[in-house]
Amino acid sequence: MNFFKNIKKIFDTNSDKEIKKYEDGLAKTRDDFVNRLNFLGIKYTKIDDALFEELEEILIMSDIGVMTAINLTEKLKKRVKEEKIENFEYLKEIIVDELLLIYVNGEILSSKINFNESGKTVVLFVGVNGVGKTTSIAKLAKKMKDSEKTVMLIAADTFRAGAVEQLKSWAEKIKVDFYGKENSDPASVVYDGLNKAKEKNIDVVLIDTAGRLHNKVNLMKELEKINKVISGIIPDAPNETLLVIDATTGQNAVEQAKSFKEIVNLTGIILTKLDGTAKGGIVLAVKEETGIPVKFIGLGEKEDDMIPFDIEKYIYGLFKEWK
Amino acid sequence: MFESFGERIDNVISKIKGTGKITEENIGEITREIRIALLEADVNYKIVSEFISNVKEKALGEEVRKSLKPSELFIKILRDELIDLLGKEEVPLVIDKNPTIVLMAGLQGSGKTTTVGKLGNLVRKKYGKKPLFVACDVYRPAAIDQLKTLGKSLNIPVYEEGNNSPVEIAKNSIQYAKENNYDYILIDTAGRLHVDENLMEELVNIKNEINPDEILLIIDAMMGQDAINVITGFNEKLPLTGCILTKMDGDTKGGVALSLRHLTNVPIKLIGDSEKLDGLSEFVPTRMADRILGMGDIVSIAEKASEIIDEEEALNTAKKLKKGNFDLEDFLTNMKQIKKLGPLENIIKMLPGARKMGLNNINIDPKQLARVEAIILSMTPEERRKPEILKASRKQRIAKGSGTSVEEVNRLLKQFEQMKIMMKQFSNNNFKMPF
Repeated sequence: MNFFKNIKKIFDTNSDKEIKKYEDGLAKTRDDFVNRLNFLGIKYTKIDDALFEELEEILIMSDIGVMTAINLTEKLKKRVKEEKIENFEYLKEIIVDELLLIYVNGEILSSKINFNESGKTVVLFVGVNGVGKTTSIAKLAKKMKDSEKTVMLIAADTFRAGAVEQLKSWAEKIKVDFYGKENSDPASVVYDGLNKAKEKNIDVVLIDTAGRLHNKVNLMKELEKINKVISGIIPDAPNETLLVIDATTGQNAVEQAKSFKEIVNLTGIILTKLDGTAKGGIVLAVKEETGIPVKFIGLGEKEDDMIPFDIEKYIYGLFKEWK
Repeated sequence: MFESFGERIDNVISKIKGTGKITEENIGEITREIRIALLEADVNYKIVSEFISNVKEKALGEEVRKSLKPSELFIKILRDELIDLLGKEEVPLVIDKNPTIVLMAGLQGSGKTTTVGKLGNLVRKKYGKKPLFVACDVYRPAAIDQLKTLGKSLNIPVYEEGNNSPVEIAKNSIQYAKENNYDYILIDTAGRLHVDENLMEELVNIKNEINPDEILLIIDAMMGQDAINVITGFNEKLPLTGCILTKMDGDTKGGVALSLRHLTNVPIKLIGDSEKLDGLSEFVPTRMADRILGMGDIVSIAEKASEIIDEEEALNTAKKLKKGNFDLEDFLTNMKQIKKLGPLENIIKMLPGARKMGLNNINIDPKQLARVEAIILSMTPEERRKPEILKASRKQRIAKGSGTSVEEVNRLLKQFEQMKIMMKQFSNNNFKMPF
């Protein structure tokens, strides 16, 4: 297997701009995580239960999911026993391999946005309150615009004070079309906005929705309605429905993904705020339990600070100093 | 929010009930369940280890008292330890300085601006303060607009200087407040990462300039293991006088509440538990512990009710109920009162034993309530007072007027009759409603 060694070989000699972003963006995240893992090799002279206990702690502290961490530790224990592994360096490689396996799970994952080649592409953004939906839309809009597409932003968050204004000022900043109306029904805003986009022959429409806690029935129903309105105007749309998750979120992220998945057809995740100390490990548990992959990660507040997610680069970013 | 945690605890308790006593042999299995429950609730790893060893020690060491069954004793130990973690003593919010200066800080998206609105509303309503909002988030697009919209809906003024330096704005706002007799100053700041040196420096400068009475960190209750890094980061720079936990009305288990006090010694002062502007409650450790264990929180319900419900009308209803002449007119008034309490499921979840009755996952569609209201509003006052006069033609008219069907009208009338009978039984048995 040895993914990690191969990836490392490729990236160490590669001066890709995106890899640099991963490395810099994950610097804070990496410090604590890798230092602790490295210290394990120094602290324990042999691979025993005490080492595994501490390993489990490190994994849980990275929010990868309690059961995921416990099961992974059990699996590692078994492998160490069966394959008679005594070398800590080798164990480290296995840990990285196993983490990759949990995420990839034999699938071919792509972080590309699924464009509707023949017509309009509609991307719907959903998530709980305060995860960074509006900022993520602005960042994605910038990317689309840079790739020569005409873009319109629709502000269907008519609930939070100032939300429409916030999206509007982003639209002005990155110079794309905008549609929004304060204090009106979100579904009707989407209806009017999409028709405007049709008239103007816009390529990509990005729709912002209000943050909603996934356990509020009426708000989830509202989302269902928005979704229906979209597919009523443009068949097969939305082409993408992205759930925005804050990297600092703990185990609750799994519940969020499950609940939103019941209402809308989630196609991917945007993981925001990874530039802090949070490790965002919960995406592993989300992927394991719901199958929804991460498409983009947010590594800062500027409009260029969002990059396509690549599990290999992500793991590399986390383990870079793990020699 | 703590539901599935409570469920795991229930399983543990029934296991103890099954075996009859706690022994060296079965304690391992029992504490394992609790360990996973706590970790899944995002309680800090270190706290969990400590908690488990404390519970183990106490559960084995405690002499089995005759008055308590082992399962009851175990619940008592859990409850004591939980309260210990949540902080035994409440640290109240500072309110009596003239003016009181409150600085609000936090990560992006934690709910600072909304909480500023809620807190302004709370101190005005509960303590008769005259609040002033100060807009120091000069970075995020439209952040000032958001605060202004909130201020407008609450009728609380907002002090702003556009994109001027936050330190200057904060300083000038104090002067402005003094000149205009505002006695509770709430300063909204931009969201920032605890590792962003420039922005943290700015916060320290604001603090040094205005010398706040409260420095409150707004924390999202859904935060994972990283919460402790964030709180420690802010606390080291500032230090903090307290925390406000937001989004507690989600289904997060809010383990951060259990980690916070013990690891950082920063007290939790308030919790945000609904999207409405009165959705901010004072934090009481014992009540929270009971809520976690599924023992209910009647005191909080009653308090919430007394803040919102018109006492006179409630008394009136009670009298009518007793006499049995409670009509649809009263029903309508009551419904309006109850609606003010916020989402009904929040209230129901706080009832003791709600989980055991399967009510913890209850979802009430506000639209359903609106339909009931529409039906009653489509009746004439006479019909509301004497529903028995409703015959087919009247029902048809009501259904048409309310955009519902005759079946729905019939269903409502039937439910109302059943409710009346039930209520009468309750009042005859001296059953006291919590509100």
